[in-house]
Amino acid sequence: MRTRWLVAMSMFFAVSTPAAPDQAQVERGHTVYDKWCFPCHGTGPGKPGTDSLRQRGQNPAVLEERTDLNASMIRFYVRHGVLFMPTFRKTEISDADLDAIAAYLTRNNKK
Amino acid sequence: MKVPPGVSPSDFAKAISEFEDAVGKEWVFTSDEDVALYRDPYSPFLGEPDELVASAAVAPDGVDQVQKVVRTANQYKIPIYPVSTGKNLGYGGAAPVYSGSVVLDLKRMNRILEVNEENAYALVEPGVSYFDLYRYIQEKGLKLWVDVPDPGWGSPVGNALDRGGGYLMAHLRNHFDSHCGMEVVLASGEIIRTGMGAMPGSRTWQNYKSGFGPWVDGIFSQSNFGVVTKMGFWLLPEPDAYLSGTVYVPRHADLVPLVKILNYLENTRATNGMPDLGSPLLQIPMISEIAAWMSGDGPPPPDAELSGLLGNSEAGYSPELEAYALRKGVSYWSCKLSFYGPAKANEANWEFAKGKFSAISGARFVDNESYKLPLTPEEHEKVHKPQFGIPSLAMFSIGARSRTNPQPTNGHMWFSPIIPRTGEAIFEANRVFNQAAKEFGLPALAFSLPSCYWERAFIFIFAFPVTRDIETNKKNREAFKKLVERAAEHGWGEYRTAPAYQEAIMSTYSYNHHALLRFHQTLKDAVDPNGILSAGRYGIWPKHLRSQQA
Repeated sequence: MRTRWLVAMSMFFAVSTPAAPDQAQVERGHTVYDKWCFPCHGTGPGKPGTDSLRQRGQNPAVLEERTDLNASMIRFYVRHGVLFMPTFRKTEISDADLDAIAAYLTRNNKK
Repeated sequence: MKVPPGVSPSDFAKAISEFEDAVGKEWVFTSDEDVALYRDPYSPFLGEPDELVASAAVAPDGVDQVQKVVRTANQYKIPIYPVSTGKNLGYGGAAPVYSGSVVLDLKRMNRILEVNEENAYALVEPGVSYFDLYRYIQEKGLKLWVDVPDPGWGSPVGNALDRGGGYLMAHLRNHFDSHCGMEVVLASGEIIRTGMGAMPGSRTWQNYKSGFGPWVDGIFSQSNFGVVTKMGFWLLPEPDAYLSGTVYVPRHADLVPLVKILNYLENTRATNGMPDLGSPLLQIPMISEIAAWMSGDGPPPPDAELSGLLGNSEAGYSPELEAYALRKGVSYWSCKLSFYGPAKANEANWEFAKGKFSAISGARFVDNESYKLPLTPEEHEKVHKPQFGIPSLAMFSIGARSRTNPQPTNGHMWFSPIIPRTGEAIFEANRVFNQAAKEFGLPALAFSLPSCYWERAFIFIFAFPVTRDIETNKKNREAFKKLVERAAEHGWGEYRTAPAYQEAIMSTYSYNHHALLRFHQTLKDAVDPNGILSAGRYGIWPKHLRSQQA
């Protein structure tokens, strides 16, 4: 179990930089993010995911404001969960929706 | 590909093929990677061979597809395990009770079939979440509230069937009680509708609950007698106003009359929201304060004197601790009341409540929020959202890393006994559970207060953390089962639990040589003779697996 986790983590940094996502994909990702991610990772009070990352020292703590996320990392956490964050099934967030979330959350990364 | 126990690989391959024909190849999941998404992320067996896991998953998009899947499962005797949104975290998630079952994932059935504003009801499919229903109502501009539990990603159907609760008026916050009418696919594949829905062309399916003849809805909750594919729910027309006030009482013994008066006020509907108990002295937040406290917005830590007194108190009491409270003017207990209704009626009811509580010497009162509804956007951000029918995930701050919790958990499981609604019972339960924690090697339990979700009983909700350490999880599982037994010795039974404990808890409901469980088994054998539906759920095993469980 632990070995599998570490192998998967190491893959975050082995991926090549994807091509810039198109605007429609980013907009779709924004919609999916609002539905599935914002209630825990959004702005405002009562967002445990944001609070947890902030407490860990992450700045900015709100996922939408970060520029250091990559698609592999996002896919990993959605499909494997972490700490009290559960996994999300494909009937909840499809692979296509997950790609769109990744496009949205990496839209401001330095190219 | 994992194969369910007792099923031949060739039969399973045929069943999978038929599932694919029924729902489309894309919606049958058999790869390890996809099936792993159906693990319970809060399982107390994480990483152990005994973890309850699925063999595959199939996700229909309509009742006709459910029928096809169930008929195929019945033909090949494939164990299947329906879940709605699969987010019943702390009580089981999407993982089956009988390891190796195929999860029947109903998340794609996410249609809001009707919302009626005039008569305040909704008819929904199992995959609809509280967030979905709330958004739908907001987008349509309907003046309706949904009674929501703390985690808003659950489904009204799933939460009601597991008998969850919320925050609004008593007839709504018991989510099973607030349903009105079901559609159920039986193990044979046949569809039944309950209540008025049994009449073709009925015009009151979501208005009158019991229909004609035996009212069978209850047997489809916390059970395995059918797959519920539609459910009606009563909603709350948006009230005119909200008001809350808190009564504070000074002495330890005041909890007894506090609860007695509270019960009178609630049972006469002088207060109609969920009451919320706390203790300023013992630093026990009210439920509506937990998320804020966990985020670091709670009171300052106790001073050195109070810390010492708390450490030396027994079950939340010592004469010295009470003397400190009286000397410093720190109240022992608090109770927040909520009022929904016309603003003037709320004020009058709060005044009436103050009059009743004034029988307790030293009682004092604080007027809290008073809102004309709907909430303004600014008010919306300030409130404990479920108290206003707004779904949220804020309560997950309990396990999250925060200023007050530097070590986040990997989840939790709930130990949730029901006790009488008296102050004496609160004291007794604390003594018993405190003693049990010492005996079972658990961390010392601080004094706890129960919640008031249910109008005629209290419920304690203790969180057992789930860790990545197998030995700690084993120890916690054993302690959990011992606590269940200890509670039962005192006449307290759990209201709901995760699969790991369902059989142990059902065995405590043992009146007359387990007559109730035997009745469940009789029903099971009659309506699901091949035992394909949710084997083992809430301790109900089909005949062919009973001897293995004994």
